[in-house]
Amino acid sequence: MAEEMKVGCARPTGGPVGETAQIKEEKKLEKKKEENMIKVGQKAPDFTAPAYHKGKFINVKLSEFLGKWVVLCFYPGDFTFV
Amino acid sequence: MLSMSVDSVFVHKMWNENELSKMVKGGVPYPMMSDAGGKVGTIYGIYDEAGGVETRGRFIIDPDGIVQGFEVLTPPVGRNVNETLRQIQAFQLVRNSKGTQATPSGWKPGKMTLKPGPELVGKVWEVWTTDKAFD
Repeated sequence: MAEEMKVGCARPTGGPVGETAQIKEEKKLEKKKEENMIKVGQKAPDFTAPAYHKGKFINVKLSEFLGKWVVLCFYPGDFTFV
Repeated sequence: MLSMSVDSVFVHKMWNENELSKMVKGGVPYPMMSDAGGKVGTIYGIYDEAGGVETRGRFIIDPDGIVQGFEVLTPPVGRNVNETLRQIQAFQLVRNSKGTQATPSGWKPGKMTLKPGPELVGKVWEVWTTDKAFD
């Protein structure tokens, strides 16, 4: 029977059950090697992303903000309390 | 100011309209970006694969696109906006001085800065007393 979930700050997610789970785990290990933490004093990696801004959906490109100070904030999810 | 999470832009719209606009008049003024799949979060090193969400990473990027500082927190603890503003003010001061001035621990706008050079070596204790590091 389905149990009621406890909601926290992380977005509740599901995942594969059984055999496929193991395959995913192996893929994850390969990916880990590419991960790199940002270093201070080095270029911020450029990216584009869809965004909601003052009633409109727009596309944001980080490099369009060159010449300005930028605070880039990541957070776990909308409606997550903090 | 740019924010980013794995939520879709549609969820951002709903959150802004139903909750954030009740905290901030008119809603948030900055773009709320969507990073479904965490690709951007991964290159910034703050994507939590197990949870499928981005952690509380905050990056200060200067006008040349250089990362001057970052802070990463786990989800349950919120950031200190005043501290972020203080750091930006400090980075701007250093930049405007073309690197001739430095802001010691606990510096905030209005407090003295240091001018690193041969004469200051071993003499910081004379000018930046411990009490100056606190408010």
